[in-house]
This record gives sequence, structure tokens and C-alpha cells, in this order.
Amino acid sequence: MSQGDAIPEFGKGKAGEGGEVSLTNLSAFSGGPGIKSGAEILAIVAVAAVIIGGGEFLLRWFQVPEYILPPPSKIAWALFDEFPFIAPHLGYTLVELLSGFAIGSVVGLLMAAVITQFPFAEKIVAPYILLLVTTPMLALVPLLILRFGFGYTPRIIAVALAAGPMVMINAATGFRRVDSAKIALARSYGASTLQIFWKIRAPMALPMILVGLMIGAIFGLLTAVGAEMVGGGFGLGNRLTSYSSMIQMPQFFAVVLLLSVLGILIYVIFFLIGKKWASWEA
Amino acid sequence: MKATEREIPKLAVQEASKVYHTASGDLPALDRCSFDVAANEVVSIVGPSGCGKTTLLWSMSGLHGLSAGSVALDGKPITGPHPDIGIVFQEANLLPWRNLDANINFPFEIKGTRPDRSWVDHLLGRVGLDGFGKKYPRELSGGMQQRAAIVRALALKPSVLLMDEPFGALDSFTRDEMNRLVEEIWLDRPTTIVFITHSIEEAIFLSDRVLVLSPRPGRVAKEYRVPFPRPRSFEIMATKEVFDLTNAIKLEIVGGRVAKARAAAPAAAEGALP
Ligand SMILES: Nc1ncnc2c1ncn2[C@@H]1O[C@H](COP(=O)(O)OP(=O)(O)OP(=O)(O)O)[C@@H](O)[C@H]1O
Ligand SMILES: [Mg+2]
Repeated sequence: MSQGDAIPEFGKGKAGEGGEVSLTNLSAFSGGPGIKSGAEILAIVAVAAVIIGGGEFLLRWFQVPEYILPPPSKIAWALFDEFPFIAPHLGYTLVELLSGFAIGSVVGLLMAAVITQFPFAEKIVAPYILLLVTTPMLALVPLLILRFGFGYTPRIIAVALAAGPMVMINAATGFRRVDSAKIALARSYGASTLQIFWKIRAPMALPMILVGLMIGAIFGLLTAVGAEMVGGGFGLGNRLTSYSSMIQMPQFFAVVLLLSVLGILIYVIFFLIGKKWASWEA
Repeated sequence: MKATEREIPKLAVQEASKVYHTASGDLPALDRCSFDVAANEVVSIVGPSGCGKTTLLWSMSGLHGLSAGSVALDGKPITGPHPDIGIVFQEANLLPWRNLDANINFPFEIKGTRPDRSWVDHLLGRVGLDGFGKKYPRELSGGMQQRAAIVRALALKPSVLLMDEPFGALDSFTRDEMNRLVEEIWLDRPTTIVFITHSIEEAIFLSDRVLVLSPRPGRVAKEYRVPFPRPRSFEIMATKEVFDLTNAIKLEIVGGRVAKARAAAPAAAEGALP
């Protein structure tokens, strides 16, 4: 396990995968932040303490006003103090994220599986997929709110629209990684198309599918929070706009901190799944 | 030909031709290739790279069709993958997300049957892989992977084994070891084997006959009998007879290449002059 492999590389597809818009390579699953010894843990804690403590010290030393950047201790206190009030909003955001992500990834996976079976269909839909991937779905939120009101619906749709194409494009890259020898192997035993799909194509695609799900979930989180900032009186995004308009910066940063933790959690979850189920790639 | 009076061969390749239709035009890979393989005979096919050996083997296994001609197993034409034919691919071709047990189980999963456990265990012991069932392919050496692939192919007890350069990627010691293993397996349970290789030595060690294919489009240019009894020792491989045979086959392959180059040369010369 090399340390350099810990962070997924964005914007780089592997050569030989057809130049598809693949947003990461698989390094996210091959190595990883393996913590080996007590000394390493100590070092990590020490660095974190220096950064946080240093920040605290510098902000107080230079008397940086709280409305620009509150010191870490105040953010931590705000998170603790406000948490009973923030918690329901965290719940709303999670509901939007999970349901939108579930819908988006199921549709994305299905479309990837179907489309890669029919190269001709793929050619026809490719430009629209690219459009979906590149358009920030946040831009549609005002329209969706107009149509669906201020409830969950527009947000869930936006999350699904943001996550789905990401899942799809990566899963499609995975499904397209045909290994003709492995397919020939299955066919030599008389495997049906369906068997070839489940026993060869799907497992071969799994590492890319997981990458797609991870990116989809992170894009989903961004979109959920963004949509909450646009309108509707609930969700973590709404807390951000509301705290900043009231210049309650410690509370504002407490929410930002919470969002970072969510993002990291998404990464870690998919990292662990990949380690368990897709580590054969390494 | 009095075909009716002859015994039906295990495998009969008749006038097999295959043309690949590619974007840059038609590419004839096989041209009226004919030969028979008797039951329990071991036949090696050698020939220059790209002459159509894999194409031929895939046609024999029913993985793809021919443009013309036919392949018959026990007198019946092959139209698709056949349960009586086992294939060992170039590179072991194990599924990396499955451990060895699951890899060997794969054919049975596809067919929806259960493996004959005692036969599989016997095979695993034979190739020296017992106790490795839970290992993943990446944890095994190239030779071990190829042994597992052989077990996978033999687990179904095929009567024909088609092997496409199975040991091409192995070092020469491992390759010798694998050749001896194939012989042992054959002695253990005689099987009809068609063995594609780039190594003339390997072809001679293993086969009853060696077929030399011409450069693409491939057809059988010449055939050599290898009359040594089995089990063959590596001492036999150092005799003058083997030396002469090796040279004859080498000359045949190189000769085919030279003839092809000569045939192409005048055209090339013309092309060079405006
Ligand atoms: N699916 C295909 N489509 C088009 N052309 C092909 C295809 N498969 C093989 N060919 C071409 O047909 C010719 C014969 O290929 P084949 O793989 O049978 O040769 P080979 O004798 O097995 O070569 P090698 O010794 O390198 O394995 C080659 O020129 C190859 O490029
Ligand atoms: Mg070949």
C-alpha cells in the first residue's frame, strides 16, 4: 500500500478505456490510508493538533473578527451548542441525499447496463448523457421549485439528476471493459447473454461502478445543499444561508464542518466497500 | 476417397476457411485448412505469428463460425460451444475476483450442475494445487495459474482438449514442468489434444503429430509424425532424431515465410519505382 494512492485522481481516465469521460481511476480502491502503528496515529493527531491549535492561536493573535473567520474552539462550541437545532436539518438533507441518490444510481446503473449492450443506442444517447454530466443540475433548481413547490420533491429530483449521470458514465466505462477472452471462456461453457452479464461483465465493472457511486453521492450532496440554499425553509443548505445572513459565523462554520464530515464519510464508506469487494483489481 | 470405409476421426477439419471483415477490408485468416485428429491423439499446431492458429482453434471450439468448410466432432458438425470440448486459453484466463475453488467451479455454475468433487480433488492433487483453493489468482505464480486453468478445463471431463499457447508466457523451466504435467495428465486419462504453440521443442515433446501452418492465410503446409513412446524423457529431446526433426520443422516455418516474402518482393519493388 503506497501512501500516494490514498487520494483518488480526478479528471484522468486510464488509457485504453476508450477515452470515455472517466472521472477517476481506481487508485481510490487499490491502496488507501492504512494506519500501521501507534507512532503513525500519534503523528496524525499531532499534526491535526498543530493545525487546529495554530489556527486558534493565529486567529486570536491577529484578532481576526469573528464574522470573517471564527477560531476553531468557537466553531466546535457552536456545533455542540446548536446541534439539537441543526440535527433535524441534517436529517432532511440526508433524506434528500439518500432518496435522490438511490433513484439516480438505480436509473444510472440500469441505463449503463442497457446502453453498453447496444453500441448503436450508445452512440445516439451519448451527447445527451454528456449534457447531463456537464450541466450543473443546480441551475435547474429554481425551475424545479416553480414546478414542484418548496418541499422535498424538487431537491430529490435535483440530487437524482446530479448523481445519476455520474453513476451511469462510470458504470458504462466499467461495463465496456470487455475482456474478450473471459467472455469466450464463459461462452465456451454455453453461458447465456444474461449469465455473461452477471458473471463476467458485472464483476469486471464493479470497481468502476463503485467509483461512480462515490462520485455520484458526493455530487448528490453538493446538489442537495445547493438546492436547499436556493429555496425552502429546511435542510443544512438553508442553515448556511440563514446563519450567514444573521452573521452567526461560528454556527455557519459548524454546518460547513458537518458537511465536510458527510463528504468524508461518503468517501470512506465507498473506500471500504471497494476494499472488500473490488480489491482484486490491485 | 472412400470415407465410409475409414474410421470416423475424433475431429475432422475440412477445407476450413475464415475471412475477417474488418474496417480496412477483408482479411483472410484461414484458407482451406484440412486435417483430422484421431481419438486420444495429441496434435500440435505450429506456424508463424498471426497465421491463423487461434482463429482455427476458436473454430474448432465452436466459439466462432467459419466462412467456408466445416469442423466435425465424432462426425457431427460443430456449430457452437460443445460440452465435450475443453479449452485452455493463452494466459490462464482465470477470473480475478474468484478464488481458485470458485474459478474451477465456474463452468459448473454456468451449466447449473455440481462438480465431481473427487475428480476435481484428484486433478488438483495431480497438478500440485491442493490446499490453494482459497487463494486468489493474483496470489499465484503464472505456472500455478495455468495449472488451475488446466484443472478448470479438465474438471468437466472433456474428450477433447484445445490448448492455445497455454505456456507461452512462462519461463522455460516452468514450461518444461508444465509439459511433463500435460503428458502425465494424458497418461492418466487419455484425451484428444490439439495444442497450439510457438515452441517446436514443446510441440515435439507432447505430440504424436506436428502440423505446420503456412503464413496467413493459414493452411496445413506440412505434417510431421513424432514416433517416440510415452512417457517421454527429456533425454529423448537431446537425441539426433529430435534435433533433425526440430530443424526440419524450423526450416519449413522459415521457408514458408521466405517464400511469402519472395512472392511479395516483386510487387514491393514495383511500388518503390515511380
Ligand atoms: N476478430 C478479428 N477481427 C479481425 N481480424 C482478426 C480477428 N482475430 C484475428 N484477426 C487477424 O487474423 C489473423 C490471424 O489471427 P490469429 O489470432 O488466428 O493468429 P495466430 O496464429 O493465433 O497468431 P499468434 O501466433 O500471434 O497468436 C491475424 O492477422 C489477426 O490480426
Ligand atoms: Mg494466437
